[in-house]
Amino acid sequence: MTVASDAPLLRMSGIVKTFPGVRALDGVTFDVRAGEVHALVGENGAGKSTLMKILAGAQPADGGEIAVDGHPVAIDGPKAAERLGIGMIYQEFNLVPDLGVIENVILGVEPRSGPFLNKAAGAAEATRILAELGIALPLDRPARRLSVAEQQLTEIAKCLVRRARLIVMDEPTAALTDREIDALFALIAKLKAQGVAFVYISHRLEELPKIADRITVLRDGRAVETGPIADLPQDEMIRLMVGRPLESHFPELPPVAQDAPVVLDVRDLSSAAGVAVSDVAFAVHAGEIVGLAGLVGAGRTEIVRAIAGADVPTRGEIRVDGARVVVRSPRSAIKAGIALITEDRKAQGLVLGMTVRENTTLAHLGRFVKGGFVDRGAETRTTSQEIAELRIRTPSGEQLVRNLSGGNQQKVVLAKWLIGHARVFLFDEPTRGIDVGAKAEIYALMVELLRQGAAIVMVSSELPEVLGMSHRVLVVRGGRIRAAFAREEATPDKVIAVATGVGEHDAALRQAQHDTPS
Amino acid sequence: MAENVKAVMDARSEDVAARNRRAAWVRTGAFAVGFVVLVLVVNALTHGDFLTARNLTNVLRQITVNAIMAVGQTFVIITAGIDLSVGSLVGVTGVVMALVANALHLGAAGTFVVTLLVGLAVGCAAGWINAVPVVRLGLPPFITTLAMMQVARGLAYILAHGQPIPVQNTAAFDWLGTGAIFDKIPGFPGIPYQVLVMAIVAVVFAILLGRTAYGRYVLADGGNEEAARLAGIDVRRVKTLVYVISGGCSALAGLLLMARFESGSPQSGTGYELQAIAAVVVGGTSLMGGRGTIVGTFFGALLIGVLNNVMNLINIESYTQQIVLGVVILLAVVLDELRKRYLARAR
Repeated sequence: MTVASDAPLLRMSGIVKTFPGVRALDGVTFDVRAGEVHALVGENGAGKSTLMKILAGAQPADGGEIAVDGHPVAIDGPKAAERLGIGMIYQEFNLVPDLGVIENVILGVEPRSGPFLNKAAGAAEATRILAELGIALPLDRPARRLSVAEQQLTEIAKCLVRRARLIVMDEPTAALTDREIDALFALIAKLKAQGVAFVYISHRLEELPKIADRITVLRDGRAVETGPIADLPQDEMIRLMVGRPLESHFPELPPVAQDAPVVLDVRDLSSAAGVAVSDVAFAVHAGEIVGLAGLVGAGRTEIVRAIAGADVPTRGEIRVDGARVVVRSPRSAIKAGIALITEDRKAQGLVLGMTVRENTTLAHLGRFVKGGFVDRGAETRTTSQEIAELRIRTPSGEQLVRNLSGGNQQKVVLAKWLIGHARVFLFDEPTRGIDVGAKAEIYALMVELLRQGAAIVMVSSELPEVLGMSHRVLVVRGGRIRAAFAREEATPDKVIAVATGVGEHDAALRQAQHDTPS
Repeated sequence: MAENVKAVMDARSEDVAARNRRAAWVRTGAFAVGFVVLVLVVNALTHGDFLTARNLTNVLRQITVNAIMAVGQTFVIITAGIDLSVGSLVGVTGVVMALVANALHLGAAGTFVVTLLVGLAVGCAAGWINAVPVVRLGLPPFITTLAMMQVARGLAYILAHGQPIPVQNTAAFDWLGTGAIFDKIPGFPGIPYQVLVMAIVAVVFAILLGRTAYGRYVLADGGNEEAARLAGIDVRRVKTLVYVISGGCSALAGLLLMARFESGSPQSGTGYELQAIAAVVVGGTSLMGGRGTIVGTFFGALLIGVLNNVMNLINIESYTQQIVLGVVILLAVVLDELRKRYLARAR
C-alpha cells in the first residue's frame, strides 16, 4: 500500500449511525495521524463507543467514509479492521482467562507447521515483542491471575503481534495505580516514536495534556471540536462536552417541606460487589429526590444495590422511617419498604417470557393468594388498574412482556413496585433507552410519588436528568460520595469536575450531606 | 377519566381472554379430531388390537413410572436445571423400601404406610443433597445429579448385596402392584391403582405448578433468576424444593415398581432418567427454563408409551423401536421450535 502524500493514517468522514429512536452519530469527521495520540472525549452516550465500534468493524455505519492512508476502505468485520492495522483495547479486556500470556498474545495468529501449532515460533514471536517494549510479564501465568495492568500490557502486545498501526484504548487508566499509569504513558510514548498512533478515550480529563497531542470532543453524536490539546483548557473541554442548556421537559419538583422527616438514612454503608462501595452516608427526606451523579463504573449502581439488598452490604446501617432495617437480601429490603428499579430491565427487572400480569404481581404475589391458590381475578384487576394509571400500551395484562416496547416494559417494572406501597424508591437509570414521551411520564410518576411522601434516590448518567430531577445531587467516584450539591448550586461543570476527579468539594460535602435544602 | 380508561382496559382484557379461550378451544378441537383419526389409523394397523380396554389400560400402566418421574423432572427443567439421578433413585428407594418392608411386622396397612414414608424421605433427602451444591455454590445440576446417579446406584447394589430383594409381606403391596378399582364391572378391566396414583400425582403437581405462588416462582426463577431474586423471591428455597420434588417423585416411582415386581431390585430404573427427560421435552417444556406444563409432560409420556405399545403390537423389533423413538423425540422438539418461530414472526 503506497502512502498518499500528507494523508492521515485514518480518516473517518461524515459517519452516521442511527439506532431505533436515536441518532447516535450525526456526521462525525475524525482523523488520526501516524504517531500521534488523539484523545476522544464526551459524555456518556455522546457517541464515542459507537464511533470506535464502527472503526473496529463491530458495527456497520449507516453512512460516511473511512480512509486509511488516504485510500477508502470498507471495514465489514473485526478481521478487516485487523488487516488494516487497527487494534482495539476495550475497557473490559478480551483475554481468555485460562490461557497464558503467550497463548493470549498470539491467539488466532499462531504460527503453524503444517496442521500443527508451532509453539516454539509463537513463544519466540511473543517474547520478542514483549522484550522490544521492555515489558516484563510472567509469560506462563493464566490471564485470570494477572493484575489489571498486566492484562492491559498483554492486550497491547496482542495488537502489536497483529502489526497494529493504530491502537484504540477505552478508559485505559480507569483501574490503574499512579505508578502503573506512568509506566503505561512511557510505553505509549515509546510506541509513538515508532509511528504507532493511538485513539485515547478517557473521562479523566486532567491526564489528557500529559499524553495526548490532539483532542476531539463529541457531543450528541457530533464532533464539536478538534484541535491541539494545548489549545483547549480543561474547563473549556467540560463546557464543550456538556454544551447544551438543561432541557426543560422536566416537571416542576415540589419543594421539600422544612419539617419533612428523614425517610431513608444510610450510614457507613460499604459493600464489596463489583465496584467497592465505601463509607457511604446520606439521608433522603419525605418528598425528596436525591440524584447520584458520576461516571459509568463510579459505583452508583453498587450503592443502590447495597441499600436494596441486591448485593449484601459488608458494613453499615440503613434506617427507613427511623427504624433500623437489616438488609440481608432483596426480600428483607422489600419488607422494609425499599424498592429497587434496576438499571437493566431485561436482565434484572422483568421475566420477559411471562405476562404483564405475572410480572406486575411477582414481588407481592403473597397478597394475591387465597386459600393456597393464586387468585387470578384479583391479579387481573390490579394489573388492569396499573395498566390504566401508567398508560401501559399493551392489548391486555395477558400479553407477554417480551412483546412490549422499551418504555412500556419500564412501566411494567414500575407497576411491579408501585403496587407495593414502598417508602423508598431507588431508580437506577430510570429512563435509559426509552423515548421522550415515556420519559416525561416517568418523571411525572416520580413527582406523584413525592406527593405521597416517598423518598427517591435516582442514579442517572444523563447529567441534565440528574440536575433537572433532583433536590440534591451527590457525586460518586470510586465507590464513595465525593461531593454534595443542593439543587441551585449544582451546575454541570461542578458535577463533572468532581466526577472526573478534577476537584473535590469536600467542604460542600461535609455541610450538605445531612442538610435539607431550603 | 382514569375510571373510563380502566373500564376500557377491563373490557379489552376480557375480550382478549375470551379470544384466547376461543382459540384454545379451536386448538383443542383440532387436536381432538386429529387424535381420533390417528387412533383409528393405528387401530387399523394393529388389526383392532390397539383400541381395546385391556390394551389401553396396559398402555397407561406402562407409562405410570415414567410419567411420575417426568412430573418431578418438569419442575427441575423449568428452573433450567436437570436431574440425572432419578433413575438411580428409583433403584435405591426400591431397595430401601423392600428392606424396610421386610423388617417391619405391622400388618399390611402399617407396613405399607411406613415403607412409603421411609421411601419418600430417602428420595426427598437425595433431592435435597442434589440441590445444596447447586443453590449454595452455583454448581451445574448436571454434575451434582450425575454424581448422585452414581452414588445412589452403587448404594442400591451394596444395600441389596447385588441381588433383588423379594418382598415378604406381599399383602401390603399386592393391591398397588396388580390391583385395580372398578374391576367388578363386566367387560371392563378396571382402573389399576398404579394408574390412579399417576393421575393423582399429575393433578396435584399440575395444580402446584399452575395455581400456587410456589409454581409461579418456579416459572419466574427459570425465566429470569436475577429478576426473581430482586423481586424478593427466595430463589434458593424455590430451587431446592424442585430437586426435593423430583427425588420424591422418584421414590413414588420406585414404590410402584417394587409393588409390581414384589421385590426391590438394585438395577431397577437404569436409564429411566433419559426416558423421563424425553417425556418432559416432548411435552413442550423448554430446557432453557421458564416454560413448561405438567399436562404437556403427561402427554409427552403418553405419546412415548403409545408409540412403544403400537410398535410392539405390529411386531417392530426393539432395535428399530429405539430408532423410531429417537426420531420422534427430535421431531417433537423441532416442531415445537418451528411453531415458536412461526408465532414470533406472526407478531
